[in-house]
Amino acid sequence: MNIVLRQITAIAGKEFRDRVRNRWVWVIATVFAGFALAIAYFGAASEGQVGFRGIDVTIASLVSLVTYLIPLIALVLGFDVIVGERERGTMELLLALPVTRGEVLVGKFVGLAATLTVATVLGFGLAGAVFLTAGGDALFHYAGFVASAILLGLVFLAIAVLLSVLASDRARASGYAVGAWFLFVIVFDLVLLGGLIALGGSGAGDALPWLLLANPTDVFRILNVFSLDQVSALYGLATVFPPALANPVVLGGVMAGWIAAPLALAYWRFK
Amino acid sequence: MNAPAIELAGVTKRFGEVEAVRGVSLAVAPGRTFGLIGHNGAGKSTLFRMMLGLIAPDAGTLRLLGEPSDGARFREVRQQIGYLPEHVALYDNLSGLETLRFYAKLRGAPRAECDAALERVGLAHAAMRKVRGYSKGMRQRLGFAQALLGKPKLLFLDEPTNGLDPQAIHDFYRVIAELKAEGVTVVLTSHILAEIEQRVDEVAILREGRIVAQGSVAELRERADLPVRLVVRVTAEARERLIANLGASAEDAAHVALSVNRGDKLARIAQLAAEPGVSDLRLVDPSLEAVFLEHSQEAV
Repeated sequence: MNIVLRQITAIAGKEFRDRVRNRWVWVIATVFAGFALAIAYFGAASEGQVGFRGIDVTIASLVSLVTYLIPLIALVLGFDVIVGERERGTMELLLALPVTRGEVLVGKFVGLAATLTVATVLGFGLAGAVFLTAGGDALFHYAGFVASAILLGLVFLAIAVLLSVLASDRARASGYAVGAWFLFVIVFDLVLLGGLIALGGSGAGDALPWLLLANPTDVFRILNVFSLDQVSALYGLATVFPPALANPVVLGGVMAGWIAAPLALAYWRFK
Repeated sequence: MNAPAIELAGVTKRFGEVEAVRGVSLAVAPGRTFGLIGHNGAGKSTLFRMMLGLIAPDAGTLRLLGEPSDGARFREVRQQIGYLPEHVALYDNLSGLETLRFYAKLRGAPRAECDAALERVGLAHAAMRKVRGYSKGMRQRLGFAQALLGKPKLLFLDEPTNGLDPQAIHDFYRVIAELKAEGVTVVLTSHILAEIEQRVDEVAILREGRIVAQGSVAELRERADLPVRLVVRVTAEARERLIANLGASAEDAAHVALSVNRGDKLARIAQLAAEPGVSDLRLVDPSLEAVFLEHSQEAV
């Protein structure tokens, strides 16, 4: 694969500038900051409490929000990236330039990845700064949360780019994106837990932690719990969670794989 | 440099059951202006897209500037090719100048060329305006400006005057003439045959994926052997006589027209000149349209 960096930065730069210019970055950053602050201060309102309750509780609430929100935002951001240019007719000229298809694909992904990363860092960074001045500690865990949220966003961006390559038109691509969201965010866990109950714990419980790796949103959840007991509690498991899988480096590697695999598939189909 | 700028040998492309291009071979010498004509669906765009390396042929070879366009040196070859697609689509959210800067970066052309290119196509006044607000003709001109970036040696223009007003068409061909003087090879298609007739060195007529005729416009006219029209200025008396005796058709109150075979042309002119009441004569060659129709109706 013959790739020139200058061509990638030219395409990535255009994607990023487009999103800054149409205010996409600022809107999403505001949404993230708003949600993070609202959850931190009003998250316990149902228990009759209002106010900041410490970073650990806040992260736990944010994790469940982000699990729904980030995949949705990444899919919306990326579903159109290839099929949209094809449908509007701009792809024809782009591919006739001294650019390879790999450069177009990687450039587009990098541009959108930068967009999503900047929006996430700005939004949650702003909220994080407020937490810090409010006396929050455990900055390390919060930074870990933001980093894993970015990884989760990139995974779904890679999936969105793949769907955009596979779809024959924009309407279909948006349908695929909605389908992917339901599959990974809702259906997967339901099916997994349903299967576990149906099998009645006949050794299937041991396979569960491994099966969770097949869903990036689950990997994200596991990355953001600090003790193995919490993992077991999260999934209602009375099983031993393999320590190897609780290692953030291993889990980060799984996420990286989840970014690389859809992109590799997209490249293969785009050729 | 005498090697052809474009060289196709036995190029074939199938889409499922349909053979879009069938065994096309042609060579275009450097610096020539070449017109590719044919009905919609004759295979023009497929041929263009193969020459640009956008799709691969099923059989045959294509060489541009001596190199296969999808080979190892594809980047160098592409840098020397400018392309204006039919129905050019550009990015609505960029200004004219930003559009050119984006393409210049990808083509490895200096940034400074962008202003000159806008000037050349008459869009300097709209450089800062968003393409969203451009008319169809302005978009077409911006697309043309894009194709000129990086001083290409070879230009592919698919229906380049689509959507242009007569003045803009005139300006467009003035730039083509300048490029020709600079030694640029130009391949263009048009559905307005009369328009390219005087502006191309050579044409190829494509029908159902095959080249059915190729040569200069004059050569094709000769080969098609279509009748020539003689339009004669006459008095009222001569008008009736010529219609009755020679089978002329009425043009208007003062003119009649005669359709004559190429071989009989001189004899008929002499005959008409001898007729009383004939004061002027004009010879009308068959248009490229007529030649095209003749070639595109022939049995393959």
